[in-house]
Amino acid sequence: MDLVSDRGRRVSVEELNTTQLLANAAKQARQRNYDDFIIVDVDAHHYENEHFSEIAPFMENDVLRQLSLSGAAKTGRQAIMPIQIGFQDMGGRVTRYPLRATEKTPDGTLRDVELGYRWMDAMGVDYSCLFPTGMLNIGLHPQKDMEADLCWGYNRWVTEKVLPETGGRMYSMLCLPFSDAEESLRQVEAFGGRKGVTGFMITSVRDVPVHDNRYMKVYRAIEERGLAIAFHAAFNWYEPIFKGLNRFISVHALGFTVSNMIHMTNWVINGLGERFPKLPVLWVESGLAWVPFLMQRLDHEYMMRSSECPTLKKKPSDYMRDMYYSTQPMEIQDMQALETTFRMINAETQLLYSSDYPHWDFDLPSTIYDLPFLSEKARHNILGGTAARLFKLPPRNEKQKQNLIKYGNLPV
Amino acid sequence: MAEKFVAKISEFQDGDRRIVTVGDKEVGIFRDRGQFYAYSNTCVHQGGPACEGLIIAKVEERIMPDRTSRGMYFSETDTNFVCPWHGYEYDLRTGECIANRKLKLRQYQVVQKGDEVYVVT
Repeated sequence: MDLVSDRGRRVSVEELNTTQLLANAAKQARQRNYDDFIIVDVDAHHYENEHFSEIAPFMENDVLRQLSLSGAAKTGRQAIMPIQIGFQDMGGRVTRYPLRATEKTPDGTLRDVELGYRWMDAMGVDYSCLFPTGMLNIGLHPQKDMEADLCWGYNRWVTEKVLPETGGRMYSMLCLPFSDAEESLRQVEAFGGRKGVTGFMITSVRDVPVHDNRYMKVYRAIEERGLAIAFHAAFNWYEPIFKGLNRFISVHALGFTVSNMIHMTNWVINGLGERFPKLPVLWVESGLAWVPFLMQRLDHEYMMRSSECPTLKKKPSDYMRDMYYSTQPMEIQDMQALETTFRMINAETQLLYSSDYPHWDFDLPSTIYDLPFLSEKARHNILGGTAARLFKLPPRNEKQKQNLIKYGNLPV
Repeated sequence: MAEKFVAKISEFQDGDRRIVTVGDKEVGIFRDRGQFYAYSNTCVHQGGPACEGLIIAKVEERIMPDRTSRGMYFSETDTNFVCPWHGYEYDLRTGECIANRKLKLRQYQVVQKGDEVYVVT
């Protein structure tokens, strides 16, 4: 295969085979004996935007379905979802983007599942939480009814067509149409009990106040079902504050953190941790460096302005320590700073490994395994023990079972 | 020290590369402007196949004497190769990571014998 390089020059590369591309990851998995660890990837992706012709038939409204089916047939010429300017592939440098369509999968297999197995097996991942890609922008959809129906169609397609084909190795936190609280509640009630559903995701690129009273019934419905809620970050270059940023690196670095910082601040300051003490809340794909910043910032102001948040019974950082964080993209730049971050978030019980594969800034399990300051318990918990307990994922072999019991993630 | 046959020079085009395995090591060999260079195929970042991705000119920015920018351009002289996992870029002539030149891929010696190229590991 050829890739286009500078000045149109063509460079030959191997055609894409995920197993081959990740051969070095498989080597790491063997060297570190990952079989003994249950490894749960709480944030992996598929490209559902390549399957809209399969998703649209599951939409409820005849008119919206017809609009979407017609649009899906015109791939590349008509957007069904809000789209962003983006250069995730770095001009073809991250080769799995331009080569993705060339990867072959056997007839009769579901492509997204087959590709998922390939990278999971290479990395040594036992379970992965399947999140969409294009739908991370669903919160920017100007049509509330279309947002709700696209979520409905996607949630039906994932739970009826995709997850049943994964042999239980993939699960999901389904996409909430969060612009409409009533519709969000209806989808929690409709899908919350389905196999492979461990919770619901709020896409963070949206400007709704998460503390608004209309959402309380949604959170309560999720909490009552013993499910979790995740805020999945993304970026929006059209956001007024980001319009001055001239490079993708800038908007990506800030967008993924700021979107979650806004919602985290509202969640904490409005006392939602007090109102929903049994609801696990997970912050996804913002890395970790933002958390100590926000903890210190909110605590500092809280000590002076506690009268503005009377529901709180402890410092904002204490509520933040009750929540869960996915690791990726973990900023391994200053090891002491990272160690401090782990201490501040109680990583041993609150941090969950995530790869974000196949996206450009994915992390391997070795980013956790190789950290020099982790206890053995923390290493097991972060790589998958905590997630296995939280999402009720069974061990896949006897050694994993022993380790889950040993570190308190499975009752004896 | 072992020598491993890489390719015939006549079949190794300028701007091309080969990956060879020697024991448990993988080595990437590049030919650029007539010279051969060989580096470990394991990225310093997360261990990706550093030598197997795109080969592309280094990106520079034209800063004028008045400190204004006149935009980015491709270097006429410097070429990088890029790890396909995450985009870590390496200077093809030194193996140094462009973002932090203290980080460097292990370099191997390349020898030519007649029409044949060998890498020494």
